Amino acid sequence: MAERFKVIGTRPVRHDGADKVTGRAIYGGDLQLAGMVHGKIVRSPHAHARIKRIDISAAEKLSGVLAVVTAADLPDLRDKVADLGEGSVNLAHLGANVLAHQKVLYKGHAVAAVAAVNSHVAEEAAKLIRVEYEPLPAVTWVLDAMKPDAPLLHDDVYTEDMAGGRAGEGTSNVSKYLLFEEGDIEKAFASADVVVEREFKTASVHQGYIEPHVSTALWNHDGHLTIWTATQGAFTARQQTAELLQIPVSQVTVVPCEIGGGFGGKIPVYLEPVAALLSRKCRRPVKMVMTRAEVFEGTGPTPGSFVRVRLGAKKDGRMVAGQAWLAYDAGAYPGGMIGPGCMCVFSCYDLPNYKVEGYDVVLNKPKTAAYRAPGATQAAFAAEQVVDELAERLGIDPIDLRLKNAAREGTKRVGWPAYPKIGLIETLEAAQRHPHYRAPIAGPNRGRGVATGFWFNIGLKSSASASVNPDGTVTLIEGSTDIGGTRTSVAMQLAETLGIAAEDVRPQVGDTDSVGYTDVTGGSRVTFATGLAAYQVGLDIRRQMAERAATLWDCKADEVTFDGGTFRRNGESIGFKQLAAKANELGGPVVGRASVDPAGPTNGFGLSIADVEVDPDTGKTTILRYTVFQDAGKAIHPSYVEGQMQGGTVQGIGWALNEEYFYDGEGRMRNASYLDYRMPTALDLPMIDTVIIEVPNPAHPFGVRGVGETPIVAPPAAVANAIYHATGVRMCELPMSPPKVWAALSKTQR
Amino acid sequence: MPRKSHLQTTINGQPVEFLCENRQSLLEVLRDELRLTGTKEGCNNGNCGACTVLMNGVPVNSCLVLGVEAEGAEITTIEGIADEAHLHPIQQCFLEDAALQCGICTPGFIVTAKALLDRNPSPTEQQIRFELANNLCRCTGYDKIVRAVQHAAERLQEAAN
Repeated sequence: MAERFKVIGTRPVRHDGADKVTGRAIYGGDLQLAGMVHGKIVRSPHAHARIKRIDISAAEKLSGVLAVVTAADLPDLRDKVADLGEGSVNLAHLGANVLAHQKVLYKGHAVAAVAAVNSHVAEEAAKLIRVEYEPLPAVTWVLDAMKPDAPLLHDDVYTEDMAGGRAGEGTSNVSKYLLFEEGDIEKAFASADVVVEREFKTASVHQGYIEPHVSTALWNHDGHLTIWTATQGAFTARQQTAELLQIPVSQVTVVPCEIGGGFGGKIPVYLEPVAALLSRKCRRPVKMVMTRAEVFEGTGPTPGSFVRVRLGAKKDGRMVAGQAWLAYDAGAYPGGMIGPGCMCVFSCYDLPNYKVEGYDVVLNKPKTAAYRAPGATQAAFAAEQVVDELAERLGIDPIDLRLKNAAREGTKRVGWPAYPKIGLIETLEAAQRHPHYRAPIAGPNRGRGVATGFWFNIGLKSSASASVNPDGTVTLIEGSTDIGGTRTSVAMQLAETLGIAAEDVRPQVGDTDSVGYTDVTGGSRVTFATGLAAYQVGLDIRRQMAERAATLWDCKADEVTFDGGTFRRNGESIGFKQLAAKANELGGPVVGRASVDPAGPTNGFGLSIADVEVDPDTGKTTILRYTVFQDAGKAIHPSYVEGQMQGGTVQGIGWALNEEYFYDGEGRMRNASYLDYRMPTALDLPMIDTVIIEVPNPAHPFGVRGVGETPIVAPPAAVANAIYHATGVRMCELPMSPPKVWAALSKTQR
Repeated sequence: MPRKSHLQTTINGQPVEFLCENRQSLLEVLRDELRLTGTKEGCNNGNCGACTVLMNGVPVNSCLVLGVEAEGAEITTIEGIADEAHLHPIQQCFLEDAALQCGICTPGFIVTAKALLDRNPSPTEQQIRFELANNLCRCTGYDKIVRAVQHAAERLQEAAN
């Protein structure tokens, strides 16, 4: 069985590697086009204000300025709703986020834009655009925004219930109320021997990708719009832009450039429609690059949250009931991450009775965007600490307690049918027998914490095609933008299917005119779904190649068999490469194609073990040792699976210990630079050890589960549990930055 | 339009002349005037290290250096790290160790690592982490980057012995 695969499970050098270590890869910012000019956005200095007047006359007169646009240049999008492949989106809100009209809803909200001969002139011109505001009271904390006397952001937002009806009277900042119930929680809590209940808060954090948002648009004289951009999904960028501009998708080509990180934050459009409007006015390619401050202030952070969790268990550790109350901010426009938050809060447990309530709340922050397992990390920070406390109160090992209550095949998760085959128990067992878990942790102010994490694997649509070259190599075109090495993990699945080497497949990411519709790179879906498409492309190529072999041998195609890269019939055989060389004469070129929309999405489970030391004098927490476990189903390229586990974990550690949007009393972010936002550096961390568990996913021919998102979920809770075991202080607020930990320690010492 | 200055430098071993405005950074000159776009812009205020180049052998954030300060300087960018025949061992180890995901920070890390190994051929893990703290990576968690630099150091040492 160990030799079942020839390519899968090996670690080839990635196909785009040489370009990326020599600086040759072309990212969005590297694009240079003839006649290209530069755009710049004018942004609101206020967190909440009415726009009274915009005067663009001085900017228009500046030498070197070619175009100025405001929301008046966007079509009227009121009452328009678009299905963007991830549920319907209110276009008026999407449009107003791209260019504000009537009101600005957060500091950094785009109000106008200018194009000029170079970026310096564009910047000067932006300063000449006069915007008159009437400042309004702002609100930036989710519970404050829910109060009846809170400043209202919108006059068209009402509280919707699960069925789409109205859950309240009049307009509100609460745009959605969710309720999931099973069994009878009050009766169950009454029967519990131990009940733990706690409240938790998390601050907004940013995805933090190193490449700022960048887009270049050319609205040509024939009316065709081409956009080169850094996006997680060329097709969704095309559709959002076409809908916002009210033009057919066929009029827009989106060329996805190499992308410098996304983590969910490069799914919504920000610059694309604005660059397009500017280009329509000046008929030149317009390039727009955000500054780092614009990225922080104008693009999606993750929700700030308030979560209350209550869990009850019998003396033997069997959990009988769970209750959760979650309020997540959505930023300035409705539609945040509350749904997944509710569905993930108890996703690692088999709970017979639960009640989960969730609130989606608008307030004066940038519209939230997905960030790696969006909504799950906040929920796990709460639930996994309550589970840790429950284990301590019951005197049960925290992994034993989790094993006793672990979700398994057939367990019904909140808001979802029963789980298919999953690997949580195997993951817990792997952690329990790992040397790290058994190693003693000695010394004062040191402690160990564990936590589990969960995220869905969505399926969604992927397309791919491939042509067989006469030298026996295969050129693969797929539609998933490659953020972390997926070209290679997808190409390896095609290579395995054809019995050729990974290096014999040349993968490329196509633009929206050269490959079939493909959903975003997100939801831990690419290696799973686009990999499935590559496998099916391989089957299609095999079928066509068998026809060529049948012509060669003058037999029927169904008499030809294929195994390990060789076609055979009645003692005759020919290798893939040899047959490829003859394919053109034997019936023409071989081109395989596939599109998939796999049903039955699967699930990814992981676990973190964190050892920390807390400095009692400063409150600073140091990670001493960290091991991360995850069920990958089948690791196609183990190095890149480990890379996802390590990278997600470190983002989670940053979220745990440092990162936050720091707001002043006027609702303005005060730390919109990398220096002040302070993401983890190499010096802040030890090596991150990884253990890949492989419980094959029956819904994928190679058993793949997505691995990208789960690793961020457990770390904040694992680190919090470790801090508790180091100090005896339970940290219920993120980030657990030195001042907060120090204050909490001081309180207990008094 | 502001008047431009005429600068003479050596970039990646070749004499290079360029014109630039006083307000243009070296990063902007490299990317927009000289089309050496391997040097990346991540923050444009010296916090992320994506724009790291060697100036007279010393790693600098090219976004914090003015183009007009480059007169007479010897500059090495990511485009000058490999030779005609081979990738530099640091580049090769980044590939073999999967030390990049999106790759936007990679040129800066490789240039910083080159400066470190030129100065200190056998650094400890702590010394590597200290030096690489100049550069931010959001994808990898640094583990594989640190290992790649360790492996490159070993490989360079073996070649030297």
